[in-house]
Amino acid sequence: MSATAAAVAQIAIVVAVLAAVHVPLGDYMARALESTRHLRVERWVYRLCGVDPDADQRWGVYARSLLAFSGVGVLVLYGLQRVQAHLPLSLGMSAVNPATAWNTAASFVTNTNWQSYSGEQTMGQLVQMAGLAVQNFLSAAVGLAVAVALVRGFTRSRTDRIGSFWVDVVRSVVRILLPLAVLAAVVLLAGGVVQNLTGVHDVTTLAGGTQHLVGGPVASQEAIKQLGTNGGGYFNANSAHPFENPSAWTDLVQIVLLLMIPFSLPRTFGTLVHDRRQGAAILAVMGTLWGAAVAVTTWVELRGPGAVPALAGAAMEGKEVRFGPAASALFAASTTSTSTGAVNAAHDSLTALGGGVAMMNMMLGEVSPGGVGTGLYGMLVVAVLAVFLAGLMVGRTPEYLGKKVGRREVTLVALSILTMPAIVLVGGTLTAGIPALRAAAISTGGPHGLSEILYAYASAGNNNGSAFGAFTATSTYQEVALGIAMLLGRFVPIVLTLALAGSLAAQRTVPPGAGTLPTHTPVFVGLLVGVVVIVAGLTFFPALALAPLAEALS
Amino acid sequence: MTSWLRQLVAALKVLLVATLVLGLAYPLVVLGIGRLMPARADGSLVRVGGTVVGSALIGQPSGGDQWFQPRPSAAGDGYDPLASGGSNLGPNDPGLLATVEQRRQQVAAREGVDPAAVPADAVTASASGLDPDISPAYARLQVARVARVRGLDPAVVRALVDEHVEGRTLGVLGDPHVNVLQLNVALAALPAAAAG
Repeated sequence: MSATAAAVAQIAIVVAVLAAVHVPLGDYMARALESTRHLRVERWVYRLCGVDPDADQRWGVYARSLLAFSGVGVLVLYGLQRVQAHLPLSLGMSAVNPATAWNTAASFVTNTNWQSYSGEQTMGQLVQMAGLAVQNFLSAAVGLAVAVALVRGFTRSRTDRIGSFWVDVVRSVVRILLPLAVLAAVVLLAGGVVQNLTGVHDVTTLAGGTQHLVGGPVASQEAIKQLGTNGGGYFNANSAHPFENPSAWTDLVQIVLLLMIPFSLPRTFGTLVHDRRQGAAILAVMGTLWGAAVAVTTWVELRGPGAVPALAGAAMEGKEVRFGPAASALFAASTTSTSTGAVNAAHDSLTALGGGVAMMNMMLGEVSPGGVGTGLYGMLVVAVLAVFLAGLMVGRTPEYLGKKVGRREVTLVALSILTMPAIVLVGGTLTAGIPALRAAAISTGGPHGLSEILYAYASAGNNNGSAFGAFTATSTYQEVALGIAMLLGRFVPIVLTLALAGSLAAQRTVPPGAGTLPTHTPVFVGLLVGVVVIVAGLTFFPALALAPLAEALS
Repeated sequence: MTSWLRQLVAALKVLLVATLVLGLAYPLVVLGIGRLMPARADGSLVRVGGTVVGSALIGQPSGGDQWFQPRPSAAGDGYDPLASGGSNLGPNDPGLLATVEQRRQQVAAREGVDPAAVPADAVTASASGLDPDISPAYARLQVARVARVRGLDPAVVRALVDEHVEGRTLGVLGDPHVNVLQLNVALAALPAAAAG
């Protein structure tokens, strides 16, 4: 079979699996999140933690719970890294330095999983398990909580309550993330992903040299890393490391895992708003954008333009032989379309256009299909904007799912959408514009150097976490600045989204009238795709033209 | 302020429970399940005569002309699992371009072939720096040299390479590859009778 035919078949398998899984998983998540009954283990957790599970919160209190939970998460994770030297299973590793510990704490709590450290050199086994992996679960659960809270804004009427944050988080973990993670960990184990508590051990190689092998509890972490669209690798090389991702088969499993929940959530949404066509429309928008990204990346990586691929004969720099260009392209497009940021190839060494598409995927705002929960609420926020724009065009009062889009709603939506570009452009401009910062961050000039800076801030601002690896992220300035970018990129849109949920829930639901724009039709799908692309295009096109496009055309 | 305080206390308690369940119980359960498949959980170790000589998943530094050579590696001094990673150099990087050209000449000289015949994986570093595989083309390119240095019949070595070619999983996933360590272990075990 030719490489191209195999690439197409590989994509078709992923699509087929997702098509089969998204209906039952989407329906299951709807039941799990909106069930009126508590499981016994959940009651036990609520009692232990002093939380009243039946007390629904106003949006402000919901937001406060979320911020308190995340704030405590940052502090505890920072502390764990700082006292690592005194913890068991630390393999003799010293305390993580303050700047890196701050950056990493912000990174894992915001579901970014940007890694300015090298796992095998910096993080002991206990910090990986009890610190980093815990936030892999919890940050994904927080994303789901915000998504379901926003959906309640549409489904509820004349109330100031949008649900209980604690119930949403506990259910997300107990009913969705933990069972799926155990299942995924077993599948990955069977595929050869390691799970042991062996530290560094030396072996004498076949040729008589010495090699320091290093193990760890990798399979358990790998499962939630992909499932929760986190992306933080146990090792520095992430999913390119053979202990994290040993074969083309585990690679396929990982790609499915990271796409599974984001692509199932539109179904959850449709089920919860009692109109599955609405969910199908959102799914169509996400699928279209992801499909386009996968197609372009696969095509360009197989073709291999650029000086180095041309000389070598293929774009194999920074790629593993067991995956090859096609599986690397599929992974790269999927990890940047979701806010995962795991990598099975070095994104810095992708072809100029391939790296550009990866960057563009993030700049769309992580909605194609985006991260766990974040993708759905991000897309619904853009959908409100699309409805508003359509209303302006035809001169009718815009409404979405029976809720009027008034001044307050549009203001919240606009602020939410503008947050990320502001972070990316301000952060990127500071590093690119101040010579000392630029010199410390990149060693390559020209368009590729600019790409490295842009990619870093697009990744942090969108909570993706992948990187152009040659970007030096370990200076104190970058550790602190990127940490701030991640926190703002996560929590400003979350608070605005919860405010939107509160504002929508307070409204009376109005029945659709003759002037209502139907939001389940192909026309609306096209409109929403257009709005996503145009918003990102207008914001980022000048920067993209100077960086990856300039490199691709040179 | 009391509202904030109440939230913080609840947050701390939930985080504590989560750390015990997700941070300790969950990985330990998976660790336990891993004991049911120790060969995989421990890293697919390869033994020769009872001694571990490495992991089938982790490439090893090149060992001289009597062995099949791995790809170039950017992990530490080459294939260092304590420093996994790629070169992270861009597709038009002048330094990388020069390195690739130099590797092409070296491989061509070592194998006694035209530089144009050298496959891409032989002149590029992988993303992990630990790539255990090479392409079937690169393995076949090395047959003549390995057979010559070891005094073996090239046909026997070629047959060994063919045995070790793994095609795409399910016919479509990933790329065909040859595991270098497993090939070299089989090479070392070839009976003297095969000598030509």
